[in-house]
Amino acid sequence: MSKLTPVLSANWDEADSFTITGYKRNGGYTAVAKALAMPADEVIQLIKDSGLRGRGGAGFPTGNKWGFIPQGDNKEHYFVVNADESEPGTCKDTPLMMANPHVLIEGIIIGSYAIRANYAFIYIRGEVAHVVRRVQQAIEDAYATGLLGKNILGKGFDLELVLHVGAGAYICGEETALLDSLEGFRGQPRLRPPFPAIAGLYAKPTVVNNVESVASVPAIVNNGVPWFTAMGTEKSKGFTLYSLSGHVNNPGQFEAPLGITLRQLLDIAGGVRNGHKLKFWTPGGSSTPIFTDAHLDVPLDYEGVAAAGSMLGTKALQIFDETTCIVRAVLRWTEFYKHESCGKCTPCREGTWWLVQVLKDLEAGKGTEADLDKLLDLCDNIMGRSFCALADGAASPIISSLKYFRQEYLDHLAAGQCPFDPMAATLFSPVGAK
Amino acid sequence: MSIQELSTDQEKAVEMITCVIDGFEITVPKGTLVIRAAEKLGIQIPRFCDHPLLEPAGACRQCLVDIEINGRAFPKPQASCTIPVENGMIVKTQLTSAVADKAQKGVMELLLINHPLDCPVCDKGGECPLQNQAMSTGRSESRFEGIKRTFEKPVAISSQVLLDRERCVLCARCTRFSEQIAGDPFITLNERGALQQVGIYEDEPFDSYYSGNTVQICPVGALTGTSYRFRARPFDLVSTNSACEHCASGCDMRTDVRRGKTLRRLAGDDADVNEEWNCDKGRWAFKYEVAKNRLTAPMIRDSSGQLQEVSWPEALAAAAAGLRDAKAGVLVGGRATIEDAYGYSKFARVALGTNNIDFRSRVHSDEELDFLASAPLTATYKDIDKADHVVLINFEPEDESPIVFLRIYKQTHKRSIKVTTIAPFASRGSEKLKATVIKTAAGNEISAISSLNGLTKKTVVLVGERLSETPGALSSVLQLINQSGAKLGWVPRRAGERGAIAAGAAGNLLPGNRLVSDSAARVDIATVWSSSSLPTDIGMNTSEIINSDLQAVLIGAVDPMDIAPDAKIKLSKKFIVSLEIRHSDITDIASVVLPVAAVVEKSGSFMDWQGNVRKFEAAVAQSLNRSDVRILSMLADEIGKPINLATVKAARAEFD
Repeated sequence: MSKLTPVLSANWDEADSFTITGYKRNGGYTAVAKALAMPADEVIQLIKDSGLRGRGGAGFPTGNKWGFIPQGDNKEHYFVVNADESEPGTCKDTPLMMANPHVLIEGIIIGSYAIRANYAFIYIRGEVAHVVRRVQQAIEDAYATGLLGKNILGKGFDLELVLHVGAGAYICGEETALLDSLEGFRGQPRLRPPFPAIAGLYAKPTVVNNVESVASVPAIVNNGVPWFTAMGTEKSKGFTLYSLSGHVNNPGQFEAPLGITLRQLLDIAGGVRNGHKLKFWTPGGSSTPIFTDAHLDVPLDYEGVAAAGSMLGTKALQIFDETTCIVRAVLRWTEFYKHESCGKCTPCREGTWWLVQVLKDLEAGKGTEADLDKLLDLCDNIMGRSFCALADGAASPIISSLKYFRQEYLDHLAAGQCPFDPMAATLFSPVGAK
Repeated sequence: MSIQELSTDQEKAVEMITCVIDGFEITVPKGTLVIRAAEKLGIQIPRFCDHPLLEPAGACRQCLVDIEINGRAFPKPQASCTIPVENGMIVKTQLTSAVADKAQKGVMELLLINHPLDCPVCDKGGECPLQNQAMSTGRSESRFEGIKRTFEKPVAISSQVLLDRERCVLCARCTRFSEQIAGDPFITLNERGALQQVGIYEDEPFDSYYSGNTVQICPVGALTGTSYRFRARPFDLVSTNSACEHCASGCDMRTDVRRGKTLRRLAGDDADVNEEWNCDKGRWAFKYEVAKNRLTAPMIRDSSGQLQEVSWPEALAAAAAGLRDAKAGVLVGGRATIEDAYGYSKFARVALGTNNIDFRSRVHSDEELDFLASAPLTATYKDIDKADHVVLINFEPEDESPIVFLRIYKQTHKRSIKVTTIAPFASRGSEKLKATVIKTAAGNEISAISSLNGLTKKTVVLVGERLSETPGALSSVLQLINQSGAKLGWVPRRAGERGAIAAGAAGNLLPGNRLVSDSAARVDIATVWSSSSLPTDIGMNTSEIINSDLQAVLIGAVDPMDIAPDAKIKLSKKFIVSLEIRHSDITDIASVVLPVAAVVEKSGSFMDWQGNVRKFEAAVAQSLNRSDVRILSMLADEIGKPINLATVKAARAEFD
């Protein structure tokens, strides 16, 4: 279990891995031929049997999601890929699309075929202009070789693939907000029901999948279910990209079977930066409750992390050592949520506005212990009360930081200021903690 | 919904659902939202974005309640405005669930942190859902010690509507109304997070005929009307149910008066007519009541041609002298209430001994009177709700009868019913209705009408008053109705026309939709009127009255330019008695002017295009002005041929 399992990242070291030539040379676009020769429902069943779970954070079984699309309904179906990777700490989809956009395209063709969609969309965040160019080129190349467009591989399956560029909103990573944005409206989440599988894009049955989920499909088709289920744990099958960032010696993407622990990953990643100790980390991006050094051996799959009180999310492991002020980190994250809040619902819109102000004061050492309880009470009124999960993501770091580091907040208040040296926490500073 | 209605329409039986709310069992139709079901039990769950006539949004999160279905409780409280009831559902509101109560209080607290302390200067104070719900669900002292977000205020989003962005709670009722009900997406929510705000595209202000409704449904003082801003507190106002006098849609209104002045008119609640909406004209065009050129006293034109104020006895004597025994005619105009029109009708026959009376101050024809006397005008708003197809003939609902437009738009928005319009071009309203336009130049309507096919018994055909301009067109509509069995509605522009028909204010009609030519009818009416007999000749129509050599004409609310460019000159050669509210083209040429009451100053009733009657009492109590019918009664007394309709009540009673 301590071995890495490069599947998605297998050929990222090759200079032309992102070209169609490089992809085909490494066996690319063979899965699509296999899949198109199978009945579509068998493709769905294959993905169901593999136990692939959505890699966008929620971990919903991908095959089940595909199976929700009503078939024989005489309606257009749509296949949408959520490439709006914006969760703080998450950086797996972007390098994947940079290094190998074609595996995504191949997965899209197979997925669209399975759910009987003739239109597919990639919604990519607008800030990553270089990735947009790569993906756009890859799509053009796929069209040029008859892998997209009419009668793909002569199998009678038509598919148009559109790359849509977002305009800079984290909320558009929420699937229904993404659909609204794709339709040309402001990105705000929609009321569910109806669910996208029944009425999604343009009110038609739609599947929305994360980049990595879709990119995993060709390998499963090529190598089969037993190969995939041999990796991972009982309920969390397969391999995935763990993103390690922050105070580690070798930050990057580490492709491993689900269930690996942080201790094992840190081992592979060269450990926490020299001379420092792990203080706290996020298992799945800033929206998930934090863990501490007490959680180094928690198996990083959906069940293990949930049992330990957090969420696996996007497997964005942000590592912070003892030079980091937790209050400052939480404040930065809360500022992010406040900035990104779409404004539709009261708890998130007003709550994040207030939380930032309270945390700013606390970080500056202003306030009393009663303010910590006020902060927790605010979070209690925000968590689970909002329209979508953004507010939950905003409240989680605050609640969990108070759970594990209440004393640090109190130290700020006692000192009348932040007792940490922010320079020490930066990656370019050689100075240790005060 | 009566049992009779159900069986005759062969409606599907509505499935009923039983659930428990706060320990009380309730059975409601399937599809009822939890928040509505709770209201039926008298349990008021606080809310902002929810509105019974708008699609659920679930945005404000104020209405959170705990819900359990089949033993499984939802892990977090749910927005009761988005969840329809299900069998076996157990709901616990703030009354029985501590979690729901805390959640609601939490949301209320959060709503108030950025809300400005504007109550003392905010129009909504005193009738504000935020104030009220802050009292029931809010804290007495704020815990917020930070900085509120501020905006420049107010911003004029149209000349009539002002926006205070700081007060806005982002419930999106206004934007949802504009999009879902009016079809006018002029306002949208812009920006993100706490800076989110309602906005317009600066080059396209909020020019919707229905913009005033957003002011009414705004749950805070974010949207205010310029005509009412800073003018009054609701507890100073005396409210009266009224009917709107501006068109034939028949809206229920609420008129708010303070110390004898009308300050505000809001849309009333009538699910069968205007639901809870009205148009901007009905809402804001009431200032004429206190216009500077309002007539305050009777006037007589003196020898030098100037109008002089005189006493009532003098004016009535002068008017009677000019009308008594003269060859006379009566132009009622479209403003009259049913009681007033009845007064004009009786006055013409009893006091003037003539059938020369016509209520139409617009394009008209004799064919139209025959049509109105005999056509089965039975279509109603409810028929539009159930129609498979709506056909508009020379009728632009958005301009001519805005509430009819809303009713049709509701169906096109809900279930895409078919709309066909015979018109010279596609108006904005037709485009909003996605109507098929049968492009017809004026005058060519008959061939367009005969080209219509596929009409069924559920089709509603709505004909505008302009169709009278084309000879033969109204008859061909009748043919169409006979052949297809479709429902027919005739929609005039003015509020008083349908009532005037019922009151017999036309040359060929007697009150009660009876014909002058029907001798039995003449005898019946004469008996009621204690008159020996009624004139038998069919009376002249409006143009004939104007162009004729009649010596005298009694004129109600008429603008001569609506009839013909030379109408004023022709009328000026006659002895004119004018019953008017303000100085007008007619008072310019009148020999005697008698001031009458505006709608808010009198009681009466209007009949809408359906034939539905809406009664109203005077909103401005004890106004010195009197309704037309009372003036006519005094005049008739003076002439020596009394009509005995000294009060509006008497008129109503006799007419009924």
